[in-house]
Amino acid sequence: MKAYWYCLSGIFFREWLRFWQQRTRLLSALVRPLLWLIVFASGFRAALGIAIIAPYDTYITYETYIVPGLVCMILLFNGMQSSLSMVYDREMGSMRILLTSPQPRSLLLICKLMASACISIVQVYIFLAITWVYGVQPPWLGLLSALPALFMVALMLGASGLLLSNGIRQLENFAGVMNFVIFPLFFLSSALYPLWKMQEASLWLYWICLINPFSHAVELVRYALYLQFNGSALLVCAATTLICLILAVLTFSPKRTSLRSANANNSHDKRAAL
Amino acid sequence: MNALEVSDVSFSYGAREVLHALSFSCPKGRLTALLGPNGAGKTTLISLLTCLFPIQKGQIHVSEHDLSRTPRLALRELGVVFQQSTLDLDLSVEQNLRYHASLHGFSPTDAKQRINDELARQHLSDRRHDKVRLLNGGHRRRVEITRALLHNPRLLLLDEASVGLDPASRQALQAHLRSLCAERDIAVLSTTHLLDEIGPEDHVLILNQGALVANGSIAAIQAQYQQQSLPQIFAQLTQKEAL
Repeated sequence: MKAYWYCLSGIFFREWLRFWQQRTRLLSALVRPLLWLIVFASGFRAALGIAIIAPYDTYITYETYIVPGLVCMILLFNGMQSSLSMVYDREMGSMRILLTSPQPRSLLLICKLMASACISIVQVYIFLAITWVYGVQPPWLGLLSALPALFMVALMLGASGLLLSNGIRQLENFAGVMNFVIFPLFFLSSALYPLWKMQEASLWLYWICLINPFSHAVELVRYALYLQFNGSALLVCAATTLICLILAVLTFSPKRTSLRSANANNSHDKRAAL
Repeated sequence: MNALEVSDVSFSYGAREVLHALSFSCPKGRLTALLGPNGAGKTTLISLLTCLFPIQKGQIHVSEHDLSRTPRLALRELGVVFQQSTLDLDLSVEQNLRYHASLHGFSPTDAKQRINDELARQHLSDRRHDKVRLLNGGHRRRVEITRALLHNPRLLLLDEASVGLDPASRQALQAHLRSLCAERDIAVLSTTHLLDEIGPEDHVLILNQGALVANGSIAAIQAQYQQQSLPQIFAQLTQKEAL
């Protein structure tokens, strides 16, 4: 059991070092939601009237409404970025060092997922500190009670990313993930507008938003930030995490890792021969 | 006792058989050179030995542990250096080694002790805080070998580890590997297609189109082929099959 703990802490340590050395990654992770908060939200504040909706007990500004969505946006992009890093590690061959470890492969993948989730949460709290200064101030205790919700959502999106990375054949294909996964997940959710607004506009879009697990992730975080519990959102997130994780572990193929690296070696040989 | 026993191992990608009924062993305290032209099946064999590919037919034992039945025990006895560098360039030498130690389940104290000992043995103690990106190719290879030896394996696998190194670094690497065999009584299996890397004491395996066409000491192989030189034997064995 201790060996597993040392393994988890080692993977966490490496992910943290890599994150710390790529500080521009933190900057880009923060710039995106801050632009939405400062520019987009200012423009749409007047256009979108917000009624009193749960978990808020009064009228709120649009900025206050979208902060949980933007928090989940950070987690979403990080989850997908960790899948990108898995594809990169596979292409570059560094994944092989992880796979030749004597620890169970499912444990290694779960450790990597948990480490990425922790790094994402650090970014979220930095974002929340900035929004606090900007004027969006959820209860202090809410910041603490949101922690388990954030961890659950980070795990869910990381597991989805892991599953996706198993299906991505080349690094170049990742652009497709942006168009076909990230944007639909984000825009077809309650991150930017409450679902009753969507229902007024289009019933079928409303139903799509309702079955989108990302909507439930946003609501789980929103409720937790305001010291309330959303059981159905937790259930959807937990189930999605479990399904994605099981599928990711089952579909993960070390053979593919080795083949990619062998192909890279062969092309290196060909280049050397030329 | 042999550190590696491969018995009747075959492997296919779909209908195409790339390894055919391989049987050989790697003795302790000796370097075994696995020779073969590109596409002979060397990397596939390394992938089988490191559990990256499943064993389809035959048996592989690493220090008496069956790779199919007890892969985790077998992997504990195995150190690997892949052809393509697997070091994290943005981390220091020590950080790379700490990561590897944690993957083997060593406590931080144990890992620190092992890293100190191994870096001192490989004369790399003064480079421990250097980022891998700043090291030259020869030093990077030495760091990878240091990492592969950190958990004290019985068998060290090197997949074309000298590719990309200048002649002096290649020579130093070969000398280093032979000293490891002598001092630590471990078996080294090194794949290559560079015949000048083979020493007179080495055990030689020649792989061509997935089949083992020569297996033994250089003297034994030369006796079998009317005292021709190793390059001549290699050309004869590999071209004959290709034609």
